[in-house]
Amino acid sequence: MPHELTKPASLTVAVLLSVGRHPVTGRARRADQDARGLELALSLSAARIELVHAGPFDDACEASMRGYLGMSSGYTETGADSVTLVEQPSQADVLPALSHALSESLAPQLVIAGERTEQGEGSGMLPYQLSESLGWPIVGGIVAVEAVDEGVATLLQALPRGQRRRLSVRLPAIITVNATATSPRQSAFGPARRGTLAVVEQPAVHDEAQDEWHVEPARKRPKRLKIVKSTSARERFKAAAAKSDGGGGQVLTDVTPDEGAAAIHKLLKEEGVLR
Amino acid sequence: MLDTLLPILIFVALALAAIGAWRRIRLWRQGRPSPVPFFRGLAAVPRRYLVDLHHVVARDKVMSNTHVATAGGFVLAAVLMILVHGLNLAEGVLGWPLLAASAVMFGGSLFVMRRRRNPPARLSRGPWMRLPWSLMAFSLGVLLATLPTVGILPQDAGSWVLAATLTLLVAWGIAELFLGMTWGGPMKHAFAGALHLAFHRRPERFSSRSGGEGRSTGLKALDLDDEQAPLGVQTPSDFTWNQLLGFDACVQCGRCEAVCPAFAAGQPLNPKKLIQDMVVGMAGGTDAGYHGSPYPDRPIGEHRGDPQGPIVAQAGQTLVDADTLWSCTTCRACVEECPMMIEHVDAIVDMRRFLTLEQGSTPNKGAEVIDNLIATDNPGGFDPGSRMHWAADLDLSLMRDVGQAEVLLWLGDGVFDMRNQRTLRALIKVLRAARVDFAVLGDEERDSGDVARRLGDEATFQSLAKRNIATLSQYRFQRIVTCDPHSFHVLRNEYGELGGHYTVSHHSTYIAELYDAGRLQFTSWKRGTVTYHDPCYLGRYNGEYEAPRHVLKALGIDVAEMTRSGHRSRCCGGGGAAAITDIPGKQRIPDMRMNDVRETGADLVAVGCPQCTAMLEGVVDSPADVRDIAEFAADALVVESSSDAVPPTVSDNASSSQEVVS
Ligand code: SF4
Ligand code: SF4
Repeated sequence: MPHELTKPASLTVAVLLSVGRHPVTGRARRADQDARGLELALSLSAARIELVHAGPFDDACEASMRGYLGMSSGYTETGADSVTLVEQPSQADVLPALSHALSESLAPQLVIAGERTEQGEGSGMLPYQLSESLGWPIVGGIVAVEAVDEGVATLLQALPRGQRRRLSVRLPAIITVNATATSPRQSAFGPARRGTLAVVEQPAVHDEAQDEWHVEPARKRPKRLKIVKSTSARERFKAAAAKSDGGGGQVLTDVTPDEGAAAIHKLLKEEGVLR
Repeated sequence: MLDTLLPILIFVALALAAIGAWRRIRLWRQGRPSPVPFFRGLAAVPRRYLVDLHHVVARDKVMSNTHVATAGGFVLAAVLMILVHGLNLAEGVLGWPLLAASAVMFGGSLFVMRRRRNPPARLSRGPWMRLPWSLMAFSLGVLLATLPTVGILPQDAGSWVLAATLTLLVAWGIAELFLGMTWGGPMKHAFAGALHLAFHRRPERFSSRSGGEGRSTGLKALDLDDEQAPLGVQTPSDFTWNQLLGFDACVQCGRCEAVCPAFAAGQPLNPKKLIQDMVVGMAGGTDAGYHGSPYPDRPIGEHRGDPQGPIVAQAGQTLVDADTLWSCTTCRACVEECPMMIEHVDAIVDMRRFLTLEQGSTPNKGAEVIDNLIATDNPGGFDPGSRMHWAADLDLSLMRDVGQAEVLLWLGDGVFDMRNQRTLRALIKVLRAARVDFAVLGDEERDSGDVARRLGDEATFQSLAKRNIATLSQYRFQRIVTCDPHSFHVLRNEYGELGGHYTVSHHSTYIAELYDAGRLQFTSWKRGTVTYHDPCYLGRYNGEYEAPRHVLKALGIDVAEMTRSGHRSRCCGGGGAAAITDIPGKQRIPDMRMNDVRETGADLVAVGCPQCTAMLEGVVDSPADVRDIAEFAADALVVESSSDAVPPTVSDNASSSQEVVS
């Protein structure tokens, strides 16, 4: 566990990087959300940045990691020009290795991750599992880290419809970036080529759950059409621009975790997610 | 008294000039190495001066004669003066030609003076305003001082006052002409210019006695395999030494400024100022000593640089602002007009390369376009598997199926653009009418890399180019035909360095050839006035001005030429990725071009480039419609009988069409 939280200059931020996949061609690239995470890290002045990826070290991985490294122009002194590559076979559960690397060798106060990967499971669970295994709090949907002071980070969280909420969290903590966070800067060829990939070995743990899964390409789902009963252009515009707000819903405050879970369970049943 | 003073004056001046030359050469040598054939280069100077340089200067007849008289008179007078007054050799004989030379020079300087009385805005002022006086001082001084030598006046004519005045006059002239040449006065252009002609970075751009084409427009490749090689130009000393020498040769005539579309549109670019800024950077200092037009809306005196400092500084005072570099459309109008053979576009792209490859600061949509090119091989981010959707009904032969064809039709990224699809359809109609055996690459084609390269992304350019070259190497064809001048230029002039050598024709050239061979017949054109817009990448880059006009003539169209046409054509504003970087100005370049069209009274503009079509069609309240040469030809086709128009290889096409549809 890190201790020098009082000195802001000693803030170490780890950015978790995944291998992205272009939606049209499927070519490997920097994943958009993780790149936003890195952009967020670069915006923290005087932070030391540790880039981490766990997974197999192949061509796609290298191409993708170099995509992130290309963002390090002018930031080489922060450490953004080097990726710690925790090498794991493709069938491995990367959680133990990643959590070990974070807690034992990199020792960050803040871990930044995207909300979900662009390929593979893409369940978005990894940051939560990390939070569980490290025992650190996790905050989702972050668009900015406004300040880090005395071991407490002030975060800006995105809510629907462009609303923002300011939160304080005691470090060490894990945050996931929202898709509306500042878009990532351009990845440049020179720093991408010069950047280093430091491979570290970690014992692999076979992911048994994956063996049972059957993976197939997603089918295109029919789109739900919005029915717009509008009389004027202004209304049509409003309807086109509006996010569906779902109408119902309830805000639960001051309830016990059990009551909360029960409410969620009930909703999922109503919506037919759980049967 | 003159007899003793003049030799001293001459030899002191020569010695000082030599020291100045040595210091100047040291400034140039700060640049990166670039091997040149030393003696062959020097030997080529007279021809390059008399033929190539003069070819450019002679576009302005008065100025060209003025320059011949002044410069020719000066060179002759200077040499003879050293012999006669400096070394006292054959005074009686050589005195006469010296007299004549200085008289000619004096005549020339009168014209220089006349032009300086009301100089156009493109000319620099400051020290340049005193140049005609200095020229006169020199020529008149030498003339008068030579009169006694040849015996027109007695040796002891006049008093010592007269002799002293005369000496001062000659001293002034010599100071400007000998010292100014190497210590940085207006006459520097003569010294640096002559050496620039000798050691030009593109020796192939000069004509040769054996009839070389004298055109060299392809950008030079970066060596990406050498990880130590710099990626583009960050500081003035990152240019090669002969590029620096070239900048130093600028005579501040402002011809480039006068033709630059970005400058005219009020974007923050002035090619002349840019070159002068490079000189400032090479020598170190500020631009306060610059006396020409500034970058529009950017005051003089706020820029500074030094040879080892960044040209585009990320903070603080900078030598050049980034948007200056991104305003350029790479139209080459400046290079075409420059009498000193300076290569502005090379320099601009060199600096862009650094901004994109090292700094990652390509402006506006630039970064997105590059990402698209990397991920999807086209700038729009479209599915590369949908390249042939537009031609689903055309039964085009795919190279993958036929393996060889007489003509490989390069479609370009216009396949994704509905407007350009019309042009492509028209072209295919024409090719079929002429029964041309052609095939396309279909989904195997990628962007040519033109946009990536002009955005400074040499890495993506080379990646696209190498993959295209690998694809092309699988098939046999006699030539490539394309209706996109940008692809045309890149395939023809820029793939060679990476190992791809092809015969490439623009579709207008090819249609003209088909017509001349009797394979096409046209009905004659009956409606409206037509003007023709020369695309930069077809005209200035590749010298093809005739073929499109020939096709129009074959249709019976009498082209109403714009004032700026041919090699002086004004850019549409879409080249060099300028439409992507989109640097704001006071007006838009395509609007200005449409005004040129309006002046001709034409109701149709013929074009030969998808980019020009897009830019010119984007003009609001346009006085004229925009049509591609291919569309003109297709509309006027006389097809003998409809069954003839069916392509010769129907069976091959059936299979390909299935692939397209599936
Ligand atoms: S290439 Fe064209 S736009 Fe660029 S500086 Fe020269 S004249 Fe101006
Ligand atoms: S760059 Fe060439 S055209 Fe422009 S001012 Fe200098 S000499 Fe003249």
